[in-house]
Amino acid sequence: MATTDNEVKELIKREYEHGFVTEIEADTFEPGLNEDVIRRLSEVKREPEFMLEWRLKAYRRWLEMDEPDWAHVHFPKVDYNAISYYSAPKKREDMPQSLDEVDPELLRTYEKLGIPLHERAKLAGVAVDAVFDSVSVATTFKEQLAEAGVIFCPISEAVQKYPELVQKYLGSVVPPSDNYFAALNSAVFSDGSFVYIPKGVRCPLELSTYFRINAANTGQFERTLIIADEGSYVSYLEGCTAPMRDENQLHAAVVELVALDDAQIKYSTVQNWYPGDEEGKGGIYNFVTKRGACIGKNSKISWTQVETGSAITWKYPSCVLRGDNSVGEFYSVALTHNYQQADTGTKMIHLGKNTKSTIISKGISAGRSSNAYRGLVKFGPGAEGARNFTQCDSLLIGDRCGAHTFPYIESRNKSAIVEHEATTSKVSDEQLFLCRQRGIDPEQAVSMIVNGFCKEVFKELPMEFAVEAGKLLEVSLEGSVG
Amino acid sequence: MLSIKNLHASVEDKEILKGINLEIKAGEVHAIMGPNGSGKSTLSQVLAGNEAFEVTEGEVTLNGQNLLELETEERAREGIFLAFQYPVEIPGVSNLQFLRTAVNAMRKHRGEEDMNAAEFMKLAREVCKQVDLDPSFLKRGVNEGFSGGEKKRNEIMQALLLQPKLAILDETDSGLDIDALKVVADGVNALRSPDRAILMVTHYQRLLNHIVPDYVHVLAGGRIIKSGGRELALELEEKGYGWLGIKDEDAADAPAN
Ligand SMILES: Nc1ncnc2c1ncn2[C@@H]1O[C@H](COP(=O)(O)OP(=O)(O)OP(=O)(O)O)[C@@H](O)[C@H]1O
Ligand SMILES: [Mg+2]
Repeated sequence: MATTDNEVKELIKREYEHGFVTEIEADTFEPGLNEDVIRRLSEVKREPEFMLEWRLKAYRRWLEMDEPDWAHVHFPKVDYNAISYYSAPKKREDMPQSLDEVDPELLRTYEKLGIPLHERAKLAGVAVDAVFDSVSVATTFKEQLAEAGVIFCPISEAVQKYPELVQKYLGSVVPPSDNYFAALNSAVFSDGSFVYIPKGVRCPLELSTYFRINAANTGQFERTLIIADEGSYVSYLEGCTAPMRDENQLHAAVVELVALDDAQIKYSTVQNWYPGDEEGKGGIYNFVTKRGACIGKNSKISWTQVETGSAITWKYPSCVLRGDNSVGEFYSVALTHNYQQADTGTKMIHLGKNTKSTIISKGISAGRSSNAYRGLVKFGPGAEGARNFTQCDSLLIGDRCGAHTFPYIESRNKSAIVEHEATTSKVSDEQLFLCRQRGIDPEQAVSMIVNGFCKEVFKELPMEFAVEAGKLLEVSLEGSVG
Repeated sequence: MLSIKNLHASVEDKEILKGINLEIKAGEVHAIMGPNGSGKSTLSQVLAGNEAFEVTEGEVTLNGQNLLELETEERAREGIFLAFQYPVEIPGVSNLQFLRTAVNAMRKHRGEEDMNAAEFMKLAREVCKQVDLDPSFLKRGVNEGFSGGEKKRNEIMQALLLQPKLAILDETDSGLDIDALKVVADGVNALRSPDRAILMVTHYQRLLNHIVPDYVHVLAGGRIIKSGGRELALELEEKGYGWLGIKDEDAADAPAN
């Protein structure tokens, strides 16, 4: 196994080294960011004119912005000119040809997660299409979705096929000027998913971008846009895992959700980007802007997230509750270990009458990590009868980690009601002793206690995801006791 | 089965156990009585391997095996069970999940397959019934919001489920109403078997009417100062600890604070 391991390491290194390729082959752009790069990107992707203009405008705006700086997240400066902004999919020959060529450590992680073998191969980037007949499966789904009139495709395809929808909604929830990373993403986003659910349709499947890998050459700047038309319903799952790399990688995605009258969107994420090693080396910088707009009356958007990965996470899935009686929900489990830093939370912006929001946040810190909840609940003058319930619980494992809670409330409407509860607890020695006295391994005990702590959030996840999330916590907590 | 020789243990540099000697054979029931703070719970915790206590001297063997060098969970898998005087709560973790994890950990140790959910459920319901605990308790968080008496019955239920070699019951009778005391005693009696030993800590002789011990020991000031048969408990009930020449301040050999 040792030689295979080295081979893969070599392979990974090589990928990084062949940074730029000749103009004609145009596989990978040379590192650097300027208007020309954006023009080339738009051209390679055969985008309509409006898209290029939109990107350029975002880029110019980005140039004027300053990189954010938060008290509770520390990271070295990112050199945006050292990143390559376009890379075509790898050719079959460049990919590992079988599981034997893949980093065994990575395979062990997949095994622990209980991912089936053929999935594991896919995840590891092995060229499997020829071996496993997954194509026909995908087609069956496509037919079923097409019958219902659901559009589910890469956003680059949507830009070409459904330009009216894209032009109408792209940036309508997260405008390029929203923040530094949103502006950067708008300028250079490579790909992502597009979903449109027509009026009155309940999407017959749970849509997912299940365990997509974020290798160096695929979208670090993903863009997702989901539109639920009147009276429709969709549940969307996003699972992320990444190979281990020594370099820090930047991931700056934007997700926009739009719910029209009586529509419902449920968005679940299990995020397990590579968090870096025990010494804090490597790992993903995850700076993501996720926002949903309940623009229609009686609409509802729920975010459920389980975050165990990334070296640094900066993420606040939010809801703008514009429609009367609209509902926003945020259920979150964020676990940090070793040297990970997470700064997550949500914003609930109540604008419409009788809008309701619920926030349940569970933060777990182990090792030397730091975990912060930052939440904003805002009531506009028109938010008559609006209410929010917030519950923030922190669980500490060991005594070198930290948890911080920053709840902000802004109210411009006297009738609005806010309820806030917060607790901090520790996995106690007595609890551990009880478990061990019953024959349970300390690590299993911790993971069981942590799972119990997260129960309220896990029950919001679709079934298979809940199981996976539990396993993920177990893997992520390895080495947190003893 | 269990052999304790000259056991000394301290917590935070304060010596609590000052040379305990005790032999327990398979099939026997031993009762330990003694004033508050004399070290009864400490002895129970030390046997179970609680790392908060430091063993400074002495030997403990279980069927010839050195117990002191085993981790808590290893001792449990070798058959040591402790019914806690104050069982802790584990919020959100269901009793069922907790117990199934425990049972499967023990089975794994014995080289057996995991017990499937249906099989386990059946077993769990049976033992619940034995201690008159409604099966709905299986769904609740471990000890979460259980009343004092329910916690104690829950402990005995676990002993019945895990079938240990040595069951150490730390004041399992305290805080029980008359009916519950009978239920718990029946549970303990059901545990009695020729290949199992029971060590029970109690303050009340009335428990011993239900569970008749083979031996009674008096622990005071970190030492066993008197041992006898069933009748010793009756004598203690009648005459109090003063009869053995124990003064209150002697009890723990420690300041009350
Ligand atoms: N963690 C600890 N830190 C400090 N002192 C302790 C600790 N645990 C036990 N002790 C002390 O050790 C002594 C013996 O306590 P122990 O709980 O063993 O008594 P006990 O015989 O079980 O009493 P009771 O009948 O009240 O249950 C007491 O003085 C107690 O305060
Ligand atoms: Mg005690």
